[in-house]
Amino acid sequence: MRRFILRRLGFAVVSLFLLSVTIFFFVRVTGDPAVLLVEPGASQADLDAIRQQFGLDQPLPVQYGSFIAHLARGDFGQSFYYRTDVLELYLSRLPASLLLATVAMVFSLVIGLPTGIVAAVRVNGWWDSAGKIFALLGLSMPSFWVGLLMILFFSVYLGWLPSSGSGTLLHVLMPAFALGWYFAAAHMRLTRSSMLEVLGSEYVKLARLKGLPEALVIGKHAFKNALIPVLTLAGINLVLMVNVAVVVETVFAWPGVGRLLYEGIAFRDFPVVQATVLLGGAMIVTVNLIVDVLYAVIDPRIRYER
Amino acid sequence: MNGSRAAGLTLAWRFAAFRSEGFPLLPTLILLTLALVAIFANVITPYNPEIGSLGDRFHPPVWQAGGSAEHLLGTDHLGRDVLSRLIFGARVSMVVGFTAVIVAGLLGTGLGIVSGYLGGWVDQLIMRITDTWLALPALTFAIFLAAIVGPSEMNIVIILAAVYWTRYARVIRGEVLSLKERDFVRLAIVAGCSKRTIMRRHILPNVLNSAIVLATLMLGVVIVTEASLSFLGVGVPPPKPAWGLMLADGKKGLMAGYWWLTVLPGCCIVLMVLAANLLGDWLRVKLDPQLRQL
Repeated sequence: MRRFILRRLGFAVVSLFLLSVTIFFFVRVTGDPAVLLVEPGASQADLDAIRQQFGLDQPLPVQYGSFIAHLARGDFGQSFYYRTDVLELYLSRLPASLLLATVAMVFSLVIGLPTGIVAAVRVNGWWDSAGKIFALLGLSMPSFWVGLLMILFFSVYLGWLPSSGSGTLLHVLMPAFALGWYFAAAHMRLTRSSMLEVLGSEYVKLARLKGLPEALVIGKHAFKNALIPVLTLAGINLVLMVNVAVVVETVFAWPGVGRLLYEGIAFRDFPVVQATVLLGGAMIVTVNLIVDVLYAVIDPRIRYER
Repeated sequence: MNGSRAAGLTLAWRFAAFRSEGFPLLPTLILLTLALVAIFANVITPYNPEIGSLGDRFHPPVWQAGGSAEHLLGTDHLGRDVLSRLIFGARVSMVVGFTAVIVAGLLGTGLGIVSGYLGGWVDQLIMRITDTWLALPALTFAIFLAAIVGPSEMNIVIILAAVYWTRYARVIRGEVLSLKERDFVRLAIVAGCSKRTIMRRHILPNVLNSAIVLATLMLGVVIVTEASLSFLGVGVPPPKPAWGLMLADGKKGLMAGYWWLTVLPGCCIVLMVLAANLLGDWLRVKLDPQLRQL
């Protein structure tokens, strides 16, 4: 068990290291940030001064060394554009992203779980077909288009919801639904297949033989067990939601980390891009690691696989 | 069971089975129609999609009050004909989508086979790179690459291929791992085939089905990603008529209620992606029982 965890931990660290190298060198290929930071028509001396100030005049390996050395002390550097600590900047945007992702997750589960259960209970029936169509639409409709349609309907025609910005609870509803839409379909699919598997198992047959009412068999015996894989996926997806919301955030002018990354790339704000990508990557790698280890704890066969 | 020659025979058999079991006619027709529209875009479009007249801005579609038969689906904020732009948009989506899926497929399948068959440090290296790639959300990664190489259709294809090859590599490698323990591969080794020959003649034909299924399923993903990139302004450069770009332009007229600029391009995207997904789902069940639960 310990060997398994150490091995997986090693893989995770190697992945993050490769990610840091990739991102560090890629970001420097995007162009020279100094050009964007000075007034138009600035002299060569001004440009050189800026490059020196941010250490961009050093050779790349030296820059990377100092980046990693600072990183080891938890210092992600200063933003070129905002001139503040990048980690602070990131943390100031994170609550908005977490709020968006949490509400989106609630939407996706509230839609995905019941439809998945009904589809499994009435397998190959009318409800199942409707569920399949819903799942396909979820995978085929781009989330930002769902967002645009909602703005058109709820903001322009009905005037019920604000079309962009943040602050009140009303502001979060539309972006969260647009973001949760795709995941609702994914959760529905998994709930359905997981329920089907459990419904075919021996203990469900036994529960039925005992003469339990069908509602209790499905609600208590089947659903609770079918929920495990769905919640695992939901946990992974929550982290993904924080990191894939860029386009939805753009549509609704939502001030999350996705926008931060996008602005960082546009302004060639190297430290901001490095920090957002690395922290996002670290979240995803960590959550995958936790799931791997938990599964190995539950199922010993996985431990001896490799 | 015996490698490449069997693959040829079963292909004929499978074609016969194609017609019998619920062939998804509608999705195929949609894709074919879109392909034809894309090919003959310059013949059937009434207007130049990139040039408009500023006197004709924001005309609604023909059935709405104020619309005219001159612009069947209305005009956009620069007075360009929406129908013409949608038709040329099909060309952009088709070209970018298919090329990206094929390039990513070639790269991913090739590396997957090499990784799975050779094993050892080659396998470790390719799989660690795959892990790193997958630790980044695809869209973030694509935006990032787009910022590096700059917007153009050619670059979008490269970006999409660079982001999505890992999906193929993962699945194909898994298949190769079990294939290489099979008798026909062992016999080939005994017969003195070189590693190259085995990978090309014995492994490749047997993973081709999975690669085709994956490619069809990836088509939808790739088209949505392209639309997202164009929407963000890092995809296909304006004034080219890409559907994602049209949605970005349409947002300017959204609050004024110019619905056709938002609804119509989105419908086109959904239609194409839906058709690709339906076809992919059917192919998956048909060609590759192992991928059914994917």
